[in-house]
Amino acid sequence: MHFESWSAFWAMGGYAFYVWLAFGVSGLALLLLIVQSVKARRSLQTTWQAEQARQQRIAASRARQQQNSKLAEEVD
Amino acid sequence: MIARLTGLLGREMALAYRQKSELIQPLIFFVLVISLFPLGVGPGPQMLQKIAPGVIWVAVLLSSLLGMERLFRDDFSDGWLEQMMLSGLPLYAVVLVKVTAHWLTCVLPLLLISPLLALFLNLTPEMYVALLCSLLVGTPLLSLVGATGVALTLGLQRGGVLLSLLLLPLFIPLLIFATSAVDAASMQLPYNGQLAIIGALLLLALALTPVATAHALKISQN
Amino acid sequence: MWKWLHPYAKTERAFALCSKLLPWCWGGAALGLAIGLVWGLAFAPADYQQGDSFRIIYLHVPSAILSMGAYSGMAIAAFIGLVWQIRSADMAVAAIAPVGAVVTFVALFTGAAWGKPMWGTWWVWDARLTSELILLFLYLGVMALYQSFEDKQQGAKAAGILALVGVVNLPIIHYSVEWWNTLHQGATITKFGKPSIAPEMLWPLLISIVGLGLLVAALSLYRLQSEMIRREMHRPWVQAMYRQQEGQ
Repeated sequence: MHFESWSAFWAMGGYAFYVWLAFGVSGLALLLLIVQSVKARRSLQTTWQAEQARQQRIAASRARQQQNSKLAEEVD
Repeated sequence: MIARLTGLLGREMALAYRQKSELIQPLIFFVLVISLFPLGVGPGPQMLQKIAPGVIWVAVLLSSLLGMERLFRDDFSDGWLEQMMLSGLPLYAVVLVKVTAHWLTCVLPLLLISPLLALFLNLTPEMYVALLCSLLVGTPLLSLVGATGVALTLGLQRGGVLLSLLLLPLFIPLLIFATSAVDAASMQLPYNGQLAIIGALLLLALALTPVATAHALKISQN
Repeated sequence: MWKWLHPYAKTERAFALCSKLLPWCWGGAALGLAIGLVWGLAFAPADYQQGDSFRIIYLHVPSAILSMGAYSGMAIAAFIGLVWQIRSADMAVAAIAPVGAVVTFVALFTGAAWGKPMWGTWWVWDARLTSELILLFLYLGVMALYQSFEDKQQGAKAAGILALVGVVNLPIIHYSVEWWNTLHQGATITKFGKPSIAPEMLWPLLISIVGLGLLVAALSLYRLQSEMIRREMHRPWVQAMYRQQEGQ
């Protein structure tokens, strides 16, 4: 270890502000990119699920319609 | 084929001169931008002479962007471009003809009014000659690279701002070398080197950008 | 020679390859960055001239190298997409651009934060920073062009051409900026002394370069996968994959 104590480590020989600012902002930028990428992937899955649910609803209503028309024929 | 291409050039020129206002507006913009600078930074002749190369070249870049869009836009929207692709003429040559016509109609007037700038910005005769040389070699480069940018943004509804976003970073080397040529002339130094580099860039662009432009045009058609 | 490339023209094959590579990339990135940065921040000796402020190098240099590396990767993908008409390569252009832009931003920001104690101002028109700034503009151009297209396939092809035009321009821009910088060099600017870097400073630097490189690779592959799913939402392989995930 180059530094003698933790406080010396955090002080960075008087350059604490610049060093930690650089590391902090860079880390934040990369983290935001990761979060955004994961969120985009998640939203793709919800889009797919919504689409799937819609397809099912359409199929169900179609089946119901067919049943109704069959019933109507029987009544005739 | 040569005859067809010269015919094409004639058509382009005729079309351009029928839309005179579109040709004149970027020119007025150019003169306006230039005359804003003395008003902004003060009329001191020394100061003006110092900033003149940069100011003139930045104004050239901006005003050339204004007229750039009409390079392919009308041909794209009225279907002429699609016809051209089916015509059997190599698209590469068609692009070169279009760029030549654009340079002759949109950029040459800029060169013609450049003596006015020499007066406005207090250029010395040496600087003016250097400026004219750098404009002569540099502006065809602008038109060639610009054509690629226009072809890329062709299918889009509002391509105007996007076009400048794509093109301006690519123009930076030209800006650096051209202004430095004029700067060198102001200090009585030789500026052949800068002109030679711009010439080399022009040749590179002449070889590569028509291919890129032709490909971008093909993409815009699906 | 290029035969190995052809199976990956099928998007699902390329997707599977990404899935296989991703854990290694994430793991290697976490390990490399952790070791490289902790070593660099805490254990490496301080620079005798710049003191501890030089430790910013462990982010600045890797991000500067990778901003260029990511651009070349994007241009190679664009070239493959252009020549062999491989759709996943076109998608890779769109996937890499935002990652490269963020890395370029990191290089710029760390450069500014390093410049303040060294030069006394946040921003100096120094050759490296100026080139990075222009590189950021090029990335933003590619991203903006891709996003303006409704038809993403067409947009990816256009962005690919722009990336290729940019990569031809990049060396020209780099050298012109360097030349311009030597021309206008002010006397007030004290340049970084080019230190012959000691090995105990160099090792953590190399490790963080590898670590950040793997992070860039991981993010690019991950975004590429997302791009593939978005584009092929209705293809059977996506359906099968999501069904399987829901079944679990």
